Amino acid sequence: MFQETALSGQITFFQKLRSLDYILLFCLLILGLVSSLSMYSTEGGEVLYHTKSHVIRFIVFFSMMLIFSFVNLKLWHSIGYIFYFVVLCLLIWASLYGVKASGSQRWVDLYFINLQPSELMKVAIIMCFAKFYHRTQIHLVNSFKNIIVPMVVLILPILLVVSQPDLGTSILIGLSGLVVLWLSGVNVKYFIYSSLILLISLPFLISFLKPYQKLRILTFFNPDRDPLGVGYQIIQSKIAVGSGGLSGKGFLKGTQSYLDFLPEKHTDFIFTLFSEEHGFIGSVLLLFLYAIIIYRTAKIGASARSFFGKLFCYGFASSIFIYVTVNMSMVLGLLPIVGSPLPIMSYGGSSMLATMIGFSVVMSTKIYQKQIIA
Amino acid sequence: MISGGTDTSYRKQSVVGRRMFILSAAKFVVFGGIIAQLFSLQINQNKKYLTLSDKNRLREWKLPPIRGDFQDFFGNTIAGNLKVYQLHIIPEQVENFNNLIIRVKDILELDQKTFNKIIKKKNSQKPWETLIISENLSWDQFVKINFYLHELSGVKPVLSVARNYPYNENYTHLLGYVAQASQNDLANNDEIKKKHVPGLRVGKIGLERSLENDLIGMNGVQRYEVNAYGKRIKQIDHIEGQKGKSIRLTVDTKIQQKCNDLLKDKAGSISVMDIYTGDILAMHSSPSFDPNLFLYGISYENWEAIKSDPKKPLINRSITGLYPPGSTIKPIVALSALENNVISPYFKVNCSGKIEMYGQTYNCWKKKGHGVVNLRDALKVSCDTFFYEMSRRLGVDRLNETAKKFGLGNKVFNNIFNEEKAGLVPSTEWKKNALGRGWVLGETLITGIGQGYIQTTPLQLCLMTAQLANGGFKINPKLIVNKDDLTFEDIKSKMSKNLEKKIQGPDFDDALVDLGMSSSKDDNLYSPLFRNQENVKFVLEAMFASTNEARGTSFSSRIEDKKYQFAGKTGTSQVKRITEAQRELDLDISQIPYEDRDHALYIAFGPYKNPRYAMSVFIEHGGSGGSTAAPMAKKLFKVVIDRHEEREKFKQKNINFIA
Repeated sequence: MFQETALSGQITFFQKLRSLDYILLFCLLILGLVSSLSMYSTEGGEVLYHTKSHVIRFIVFFSMMLIFSFVNLKLWHSIGYIFYFVVLCLLIWASLYGVKASGSQRWVDLYFINLQPSELMKVAIIMCFAKFYHRTQIHLVNSFKNIIVPMVVLILPILLVVSQPDLGTSILIGLSGLVVLWLSGVNVKYFIYSSLILLISLPFLISFLKPYQKLRILTFFNPDRDPLGVGYQIIQSKIAVGSGGLSGKGFLKGTQSYLDFLPEKHTDFIFTLFSEEHGFIGSVLLLFLYAIIIYRTAKIGASARSFFGKLFCYGFASSIFIYVTVNMSMVLGLLPIVGSPLPIMSYGGSSMLATMIGFSVVMSTKIYQKQIIA
Repeated sequence: MISGGTDTSYRKQSVVGRRMFILSAAKFVVFGGIIAQLFSLQINQNKKYLTLSDKNRLREWKLPPIRGDFQDFFGNTIAGNLKVYQLHIIPEQVENFNNLIIRVKDILELDQKTFNKIIKKKNSQKPWETLIISENLSWDQFVKINFYLHELSGVKPVLSVARNYPYNENYTHLLGYVAQASQNDLANNDEIKKKHVPGLRVGKIGLERSLENDLIGMNGVQRYEVNAYGKRIKQIDHIEGQKGKSIRLTVDTKIQQKCNDLLKDKAGSISVMDIYTGDILAMHSSPSFDPNLFLYGISYENWEAIKSDPKKPLINRSITGLYPPGSTIKPIVALSALENNVISPYFKVNCSGKIEMYGQTYNCWKKKGHGVVNLRDALKVSCDTFFYEMSRRLGVDRLNETAKKFGLGNKVFNNIFNEEKAGLVPSTEWKKNALGRGWVLGETLITGIGQGYIQTTPLQLCLMTAQLANGGFKINPKLIVNKDDLTFEDIKSKMSKNLEKKIQGPDFDDALVDLGMSSSKDDNLYSPLFRNQENVKFVLEAMFASTNEARGTSFSSRIEDKKYQFAGKTGTSQVKRITEAQRELDLDISQIPYEDRDHALYIAFGPYKNPRYAMSVFIEHGGSGGSTAAPMAKKLFKVVIDRHEEREKFKQKNINFIA
């Protein structure tokens, strides 16, 4: 153990550079390119505001990710809790003094950027849990204290985000957290109990939902209920995807998006646009690209010696999977419409920042894979 | 880890590894599910969603169909389409709409009311929808707009088509007019509903209305790609529309115009008909109005002027005006009496100016009386006393039978004019059913001189005259030229064949007469309406005497030139009962209030040697038929006969000409 610690300390810069996961980086770059082109397409084949800022953000955050990759994993481990608390404070700040937009208060004005802390929380919760379980011994994982503390840690941000209101992000935070909890060995029975409790309290919870959220759930089960209202998004999205066919309508030729039939085409429905223009083949390839990213991330986790690194990579890979799944299922009409961006593809600085921070930690795990954190 | 040691660390690693493996397996399944859904949407249901997508993005705009023309017999357009200059603005494409519209207002010199209407219209429609500033710019306005066009960006002068009636008020009652389709039009005519576009003009009355489905044409279609808000992005397709059918009428504009001139400032109607083919050469009702006024919505002032005119220009007197025929019925009464062998041509009555019957006095129009008159004289001088006596012997029911056979009391056209009236020829049965009272014999007497219950339209009188003049054969009055119309020669030979059949057929004649009453129009077309043609000839000869012999009621309107010589019968029908006191006064027409004056009627046919045309002239409150209506017929006959040659020439030249 000591030997190895000593070894890791001796890694030279070039060794670090060599040990980066180039396949993962390549896939991320491709994804960045695809997302920039899609953004270009949402603007009808012109480089306008969304495309420009998306490309700039991608370049800035990708570079930042590369730089942060060389940060020692120890440092990531050591700031695990602090990061969580900072984001939690930002969330509280957001709910008190946040910027209001389209009926919800999600953003914090940081003068140079309007930050959405709930997006950062998606990564912070994984980092926090990774550190927590890194320090917890296996036989104590299911002790009362070690169940209650993570529960509180998880539920606090969820409540804050739900109250914004932002059902989508809070569900994603919850799912990310739960996946990490499950991976770290929390007894299955707790999951069963809590899902039973959730099921029983569901009618009660639904009464807390905002009317528009209830409507969305109802609409999900029957989109034709209100085709010009809430069902409009699902119907138009399915029309766009379905009309894409095998090979799509062609780049910049997606009529549904070009003619503004698609709602939220920059953000949550970017996949719809992509799918309309590139068809079944393109969609499956994009899904495959995500699969590689998830696989490479998980693979880094598998070869990590530190439990923090491993758990973070597994957790982050799984949450990327969850984001992708939830977003695609939503636009394909398999899940109700909840606000959930497609990682990197969707327009949105905070989401991109959070994802890139996540990949920094993953890369750092790769570079310092042999390192053991005390 | 410092305290945990390798064992816990290992166990932790194995737990997380195992669980990650399970999770990865689940991920495969979920991704598989997403791919399955993609497959289902994009491959299996691709067609369905493609259709939906096209439905989303493609929208069709129907263009107004171009209406078919009306032509007169000679192919002159009497209702056509005129190029009109319109001014359109698409508000969205204008930088500063308010400045522009005020500038346009100044240039066109629009009044405040029109201006407000435009602003109201602009606010009620989408900014990318065309705003029609003016539907019909005058040439001056159009020139002015084009002159300033460089400083009016966003303003579009447009060339469009609109209905136009070049002969203005001449054909109004015949053709009717078009105006914007109303809710009623849409509800009652599926064809209009199918082809409707905002601003579509449809026929409101007359032939424009009844022939709507032929005239309307086919919409052109412009297919546009639109965005989610309905804004047109680009044109995908343009399908040319089809102009409606052009319809050629039997009318002669020259004659129609002459009728209009004759009836100037009078209320009345003139109809001219070919006595063989049934072609209506003219049918005019006066006063008329300019149908062009209705095109863009008639102004309040014009509408009020038309509506409040005491002579009621909106009424088509030729087919909806019901008037007692007066003495113009006498040829039919005479024919009926002869046909039914009630009297012989030598039957005589002594007219002393009045006759006492059933305890009442019935006056002849001539106070001094006509002396002893026979039937021919009675028709010639229109002796009422003779007709009282003859009607008494004839009875109203036999008179009814003959009158109906010759076209009185029935609609002349089948379904061309909605507003056409059938009129009334009374009978004992009719009175019992309609009024619930028995027929009074005295009523037969006044029916015999065309007063009382009997009411006919001027066109019915024209048809009656025509059917007498052609020797007593049924004809088919018509306004529209058809490809399969029989020629004059065909019809003549058909008539003589039918006559032969009648003479040869043993007990044919009564059967045929019955047939004439009950069966449909076409079955007995061109067949005899008489029992004995000599009776018809007798009546025609008497009508000749009435016009061309001294003491005849229309003797002063005769034409001696054989080419134009015609025969006719005057009629003066009373509007209200004249009391004995009034009769004594013997007022001059100018001393009687307009509404109380008699209607003047005249029926005629000619040229006498070989008759071809029949006409009826009716002047509402015109005084006596002999002094008012007959002179008009004289003037008109010249034109009709002169035009006959033109018509025959045209027929020869255009034997295959069908509009």
